Amino acid sequence: MFSVQQSCWFIRKVICWRAAASIAWAVLLLPPTTAVFVIFSRFSIFHPVQWISECLSLLLSIGAIFSLILLCGVVIVIGFLNLEYYTVIPTIACSKIALLGQLLHPRQFFNSLVHCIMGMIVAWCCAITIGGRYETLGYSCQQRGPTHMCLNEYHLFLLLSGAFTGFSHSLLGVIHNMNYVAFHTVQQYKYLRFKGSIPLVVKCSATQALYSLRNFLIVYYFLGHMPKAWLCKTLNLEVDSSVHSLDTVGGLLDLSLLYHTWISASFLLFTWYTTLLLFRIFVTELYNFPVQISFTDDAQQCLPKVIAEKQPMILKFLALQDLALLSQHSPMRRAEVFSLSQPGGHPHNWNAISKECLWLLSDLTQRLVAHHDTVATNGRTKSLSTGSERKSSSEASVTSGDDPFSPRPAVLLKTPASVFARSMSGGPHSPLTAPFTPDLDSPFSSPSLRRLTAPVEQYSPWHGTVQSPHIFRRAPKLWSTSTDSKTNGSPPPSPAPVLSPKQESSKPGILARFLKNRREQVKNFMAKRVLVMYLFNKLPEASSQALFADSQAHIWALEGLSYLVQASYTEDQFGVVQTTLPSIFNSMLVLQEAVDRHFKLPHASSKPSRSGCTMEDCSYKTLRFALRATLKTALYRITTTFGEHLNAVQMSAEHRKKLQHFLDYKE
Amino acid sequence: MCSLALFPPPLPSGNTTLCESNNELLSGRKYEETVQVIILTAFVMSDLNERIFVRIQKCSVVLKVSCFWLLNLVLIPKWLAMSAGCVLALLKRIASFHGSLFPHVTLSSEDMITEFSQVLNWPDCVVRAFAWHPHTDKFAVALLDDSIKIYNPKSATTPTLKHRLQRSVAAVSWKPLCASALAVACHSSILVWHVDPCSLSTRPSSGCAQVLSHPGHSPVTSIVWSPSGSLLVSASPMDTAMLVWDVAAESCVPLQRVGGGGVTFLSWSPDGSHVLASTPAALFRVWETRMWTCERWPCLKGRCQSGCWSPDGSRLLFSVQGESVIYALTFSSSPGLSSNSPVTGPQAATVVADLSETTFNTQDGCIVVGGEIQCLVWDPKGERLAVLLKGDPQAADRPAMIAVFKTRTSPIFELLPCGFVQGEPGAEPRLIQFHPNFQHGALLTVCWSSGKITHVPFYFLSAGVPHFGLNGSPSLPRPQERPADFANQSLFTEMLS
Repeated sequence: MFSVQQSCWFIRKVICWRAAASIAWAVLLLPPTTAVFVIFSRFSIFHPVQWISECLSLLLSIGAIFSLILLCGVVIVIGFLNLEYYTVIPTIACSKIALLGQLLHPRQFFNSLVHCIMGMIVAWCCAITIGGRYETLGYSCQQRGPTHMCLNEYHLFLLLSGAFTGFSHSLLGVIHNMNYVAFHTVQQYKYLRFKGSIPLVVKCSATQALYSLRNFLIVYYFLGHMPKAWLCKTLNLEVDSSVHSLDTVGGLLDLSLLYHTWISASFLLFTWYTTLLLFRIFVTELYNFPVQISFTDDAQQCLPKVIAEKQPMILKFLALQDLALLSQHSPMRRAEVFSLSQPGGHPHNWNAISKECLWLLSDLTQRLVAHHDTVATNGRTKSLSTGSERKSSSEASVTSGDDPFSPRPAVLLKTPASVFARSMSGGPHSPLTAPFTPDLDSPFSSPSLRRLTAPVEQYSPWHGTVQSPHIFRRAPKLWSTSTDSKTNGSPPPSPAPVLSPKQESSKPGILARFLKNRREQVKNFMAKRVLVMYLFNKLPEASSQALFADSQAHIWALEGLSYLVQASYTEDQFGVVQTTLPSIFNSMLVLQEAVDRHFKLPHASSKPSRSGCTMEDCSYKTLRFALRATLKTALYRITTTFGEHLNAVQMSAEHRKKLQHFLDYKE
Repeated sequence: MCSLALFPPPLPSGNTTLCESNNELLSGRKYEETVQVIILTAFVMSDLNERIFVRIQKCSVVLKVSCFWLLNLVLIPKWLAMSAGCVLALLKRIASFHGSLFPHVTLSSEDMITEFSQVLNWPDCVVRAFAWHPHTDKFAVALLDDSIKIYNPKSATTPTLKHRLQRSVAAVSWKPLCASALAVACHSSILVWHVDPCSLSTRPSSGCAQVLSHPGHSPVTSIVWSPSGSLLVSASPMDTAMLVWDVAAESCVPLQRVGGGGVTFLSWSPDGSHVLASTPAALFRVWETRMWTCERWPCLKGRCQSGCWSPDGSRLLFSVQGESVIYALTFSSSPGLSSNSPVTGPQAATVVADLSETTFNTQDGCIVVGGEIQCLVWDPKGERLAVLLKGDPQAADRPAMIAVFKTRTSPIFELLPCGFVQGEPGAEPRLIQFHPNFQHGALLTVCWSSGKITHVPFYFLSAGVPHFGLNGSPSLPRPQERPADFANQSLFTEMLS
């Protein structure tokens, strides 16, 4: 396959080198970080001279160099994990059960395991460096004779805390989407960006280490005796009864122990966060794609070709970013976009770019319309069929699965299956389409709706002309009237429900009534179980976030298109842009309508709470707001440039009215 | 070199400037009949009450803290108190050292805004901030009672914006390429209001406002939108970093550089390529907005008080505190061609106008005009430059005055005197701004100490439609205008190097 070759080319030649450079820098930063750690870990205010000299001698010792090499290995492994697990489209879990599914996924399990081991190695290095009572796992106890070895619980405590920190780092990484790589709106040089982020990294690692220490203390207090007993058994060590045991309140209230554990956890998190930060900075760096190349060998590397690529998402994102910036800043490259092909005189560059951008916009429009319809249809059908209070649809689907007489046994499997499918697709090479709301899997959705949304889920390219959302909106209604007249000829595209609640309500047979009663019973039963409710309740605004998860691409497409159209007013010599102007307006206005409708849904316009100090990039949570603002600005950019000339552009009366609002600055 | 001596003398008392027509400033005595005047009611009383309340609150906090300390001193051992006292003294030393380096950090936040604002005598000014919408004929006015009113000739409603956090408004600014968003620089944060132009509500709820805040970034004295409407930059004299906000995502990128001790005033060039950022020290920076690198411009005498850009972004005029001259800097106008080139510019600024004190003999006696410059504004076509001169509030014969220059950028950069703009007797100009797209020339809006806002039109034919870069604030298509014949007073000419 050609595209696979291409992606290999880009990943091999660009992304891998960038990742390697970031790891190299992280390794180079390790010695100074270790030195700072040593200074802090041996901190003593009363003997400053001794403190400094001790630190210096330690830094030059063989043991320090050995642990430094070990730490380098850890950083390299972490860097590889970053490269393996990064994604430009965040995975957003729509319910707690989906999140649980992500956490229990084998891939994630492997990640946690590696982090655990790496955490333990770093903690071992820390123990060696701090020295003193932490240095070895066993020591010879005096009371029982010289041959007896006792377990050094301080060493064990430090090791376990390192493993715990690594594990919680990996878990939090999933919950907070730490592997999501966001692109910055402000372009800066790498060094300046790194310098600007270092204070944040220090603060984050210190606070996260504090939290992790707190959690670890709780865990160790309750479960600390288990690893201790196990180690004593396997290594044939003994517990020194004269020393205070650490899994007691008195043992844990050792300030020096807490300080050392905290500083090692901070050191661990700092090195890992720095690696992550460097990786993010290097990977999101702007890449200049040539707009056109005279040699055909490299023709696949130029922007119009690359932008239409599907698979390595990072390639598509970097191409779109480049498009947005070139359309804004460089007149020479814009001229190449507007140019005509030499033999033939076709605007191939512009056609390819505008086609891809418009496809992105129409794809988003379609998703929004489908989502809106699902939500709207759910509410309506439910109120018709049961008339009961609104319930979460996924909860209802499980309920129906519990019913032995239910005609929809497939539905039970569907919800968890979709969860795992999502978490599987949430890897670095996840498709463009974000995980959809579980509403689609509910038994209340009609087959036609399924058919409507199925292409979106299966990610088939949709190249048709953009239709008004009204047409989409009408489709389920038409279907529901046709079921009443029993002339529904739509073929079931999937193992779809045979019976729909509407049909049940339309023929109130004994069986139907029985089923209904049973379902109500089970539903009520399940609703009382708090855990089930907790797990299956949809998280607010998660479906909205999931819909807009990849909207950075759409934002760039909008910016690129609008800047190019604005520039075409003065720079487009051959009028290549004019031919696409109606379709650009059309897709932008349709998208605007769909976005406006989406923001009227509950939770869609509520702002996410600001998280405090974490390394996660929360920008995916606000992408929908950014998209809305960019869309409006893009429309204004075109209307202010063209002004009254827009009256000559062909469009429907509805769109003309809308455009007039923009011309009057009333949107 | 253009100087104030070449200006026509100020009008006698009682006359006000109405407009410029046929190359001369027309004046009249009947003020209200000829010029559209908007009188604002200031809620001075409520403001006073609030201030007293704040004082009381502060006192109670001080009392509490001192009680706490006293209690602690009784309870804790002596050596601890001693060492704590030593640490406190050390901290105070450091703070005072910092204060001696940067005297402005010792000011209260109100005094700081007064010091660095573009508005003359900010604390007792009825109109504290003013902003024209970049595309339509509406404007926002921030009043002494911290409310903001939006006037629109096309609608009968004048929305009043009030918010809990909207205190000591230092600047307001409309988002370009948007009909509704208005950014407000407040004491502790930046508010971005979304005022629906079609809404009939006169009191938009505080839910319409986004709050952007960042620790250590207060008070905010200057905000500026990028001409493409995508970014907002804010500055505070207490924060050495200026923040670049992505408003929709409510996230910011701090841009920090050593030196200066804060950022006081920002101005984005109309073509979007450069940002002027002045600091409280004798230093200002010019940022290039592609990769956000900057070049430092140390001044000899004082800090940069005000600055403005020519419409094509190639020329920066600025004034320095303690000096009464206008400087100019010229930048190459095509930074986008080479993607990685740093800011390319001149090596030194040139003096283009001398505004030192000049005595005019009028019917009412001698008037001294000139001195330090409070604010510089350049009209969007690059034809008129208005300069707000501070004057001396103690001396009656040294009033604050607006001097207007004619400017010409091509073929050579020229400043020619146009005249003084004067208001009613006793009214002092406080704030000036040009309308962003006035069809028939330039429209200068002046806010006076009396609370009046007047619009002074300058009717002229543009010497040529300025060609904007791509990032330039888009202008409405204007009818073709033929070149104007300037008066043959060749007062200031500067050869382009």
